[in-house]
Amino acid sequence: MDTRRSDNHPWRRFKSALASVIAFISAAFVITPLGLVFFYLLVNGASSVNWAFFTKLPAPVGAPGGGMANAIVGSLELLAIAGIIGIPVGVLGGVYLAEYGSARINSILRFLADVLNGVPSITWGVVVYGLVVLRFKGFSAYAGGLALGLIMIPLIVRTTEEVILLVPNGYREASLALGVGRWKTIVHIVMKTASKGIITGILLALARVGGETAPLLFTAFGNRFWNHSLNQPIAALPLQVFTYAISPYDDWHRQAWAGALVLVTGIFCVNVLVRVLTRGRGASVV
Amino acid sequence: MEDLVMETPEQTVMERLQQGSAPPPEAEMPPARTFEVKNLSIWYGEKRAIDTVTLDVASNAVTAIIGPSGCGKSTFLRALNRMHELTPRTRMEGTVLLHGEDLYSSAIDPAIVRRRVGMIFQKSNPFPTMTIGENVVIGLRLNGVRNQKFLNERLEKSLRMAALWDEVKDDLNKPGTSLSGGQQQRLCIARALAVEPEVILMDEPCSALDPIATAKIEELIYELKAKYTIVTVTHNMQQAGRISDYTAFFYLGRLIEFGPTTKIFTNPTEKQTEDYITGRFG
Repeated sequence: MDTRRSDNHPWRRFKSALASVIAFISAAFVITPLGLVFFYLLVNGASSVNWAFFTKLPAPVGAPGGGMANAIVGSLELLAIAGIIGIPVGVLGGVYLAEYGSARINSILRFLADVLNGVPSITWGVVVYGLVVLRFKGFSAYAGGLALGLIMIPLIVRTTEEVILLVPNGYREASLALGVGRWKTIVHIVMKTASKGIITGILLALARVGGETAPLLFTAFGNRFWNHSLNQPIAALPLQVFTYAISPYDDWHRQAWAGALVLVTGIFCVNVLVRVLTRGRGASVV
Repeated sequence: MEDLVMETPEQTVMERLQQGSAPPPEAEMPPARTFEVKNLSIWYGEKRAIDTVTLDVASNAVTAIIGPSGCGKSTFLRALNRMHELTPRTRMEGTVLLHGEDLYSSAIDPAIVRRRVGMIFQKSNPFPTMTIGENVVIGLRLNGVRNQKFLNERLEKSLRMAALWDEVKDDLNKPGTSLSGGQQQRLCIARALAVEPEVILMDEPCSALDPIATAKIEELIYELKAKYTIVTVTHNMQQAGRISDYTAFFYLGRLIEFGPTTKIFTNPTEKQTEDYITGRFG
């Protein structure tokens, strides 16, 4: 009887209700910026997102129309180069941390990967500028892709390591007990079991670097025309948005809003894709 | 609980071992031996898990290993196909011969040992990304077998031997994890049989199963011994009595007694064995 009375105690019920309200308000605060970003982008950019935006080159100042086709394609090319560099190195690095190496060395490597993840992205631009742009005497798609790829590596290393460690040891043992070698076990059993998680990590890393501007400023540099050689400067969507946003022209500002809207929508779509991938059968297994 | 009642047996075991009265199993052994284990000791770091164990495993028979938790029975089992080496910082001394061949000779690849000596685990572990059929033939596939006709034949043969064919023959493309617990364990047995090992090790294969599923696995073990040598670890005394031909009793990393199951269960030589079997400790 005593317990029932204390359960109904008004003060306790008030505290419980208060906690719920505070939690709700906090959640609303978390979601609000996302809502605001989309709202602003839609209001300012939606009118400029049209067929021409996806198919035309940027128009000269004052001339109506024009688009960002070269920047959209350029971003995809840069992501492809970044992926070719970042995905294999990142995935294999994650596999190493999870499956090989000594605990001591691995904890050092893990710490270094975390430090790399915290390095401001413009630093990568400077590093690649010094290593590649100066040496080969020119901005290029290769340099931009390399800068993005280097950012992807520690991201993918850590996510790959985490999902591989989630694969129950019983599967490794079952495979080894069939007389399957260690490397084959890792590739065909462990990585296959963790494949959804690994792909998720890769997609999130691509989405992250897809929106990076700073590392491209003095590597890919940007280009108002189509890029015909990966040895030449190349346009990228975030770079184009940056250039247009700081310009003094109203029609460029509208294009910048549209570019930002397309960029955010693209990243949003990647995140939705990740949600779809991690749902359903097999989701319990990483 | 365990600690309280273990005090006295521990003392007497030590006394007996110091007097050198290790059990002499040779007299009862039949001539055909699959494993000959001599003076096997295994350390995990500084901890000695197996202490100078000598034991022969008879061919085409079921040998049960019993003993309280932490007595080293799983370690001993895993030493028979070098699975214990997966644990970091292990060290071993002594010899393990499989049909006269030294499993620990430097010329032998552990993967080859494990192909000859299969293993079933306590928790059934069909690969979650694979169908029932893929699970059975994955060992062959990853060992380089590409011939689809051969794989299909082996698939059916292994599932039949594991007494699972009739239950799954129409569902070979369903995920292995869609089966019930007992069926999953028989799927794992089929998977191990598919690579045609000479020996099957079982590490408490029924401890996660209900009595009906357990009965099926036990029946299966009985049938499999016509073709295979089986070594099984079990916590279940009645099960050891039902399925095994020989029983080895381990305690604190030592082999206390080893002999025909009927003798161990009805007329054990060592008092510790009797105490454990009658449920006075462990």
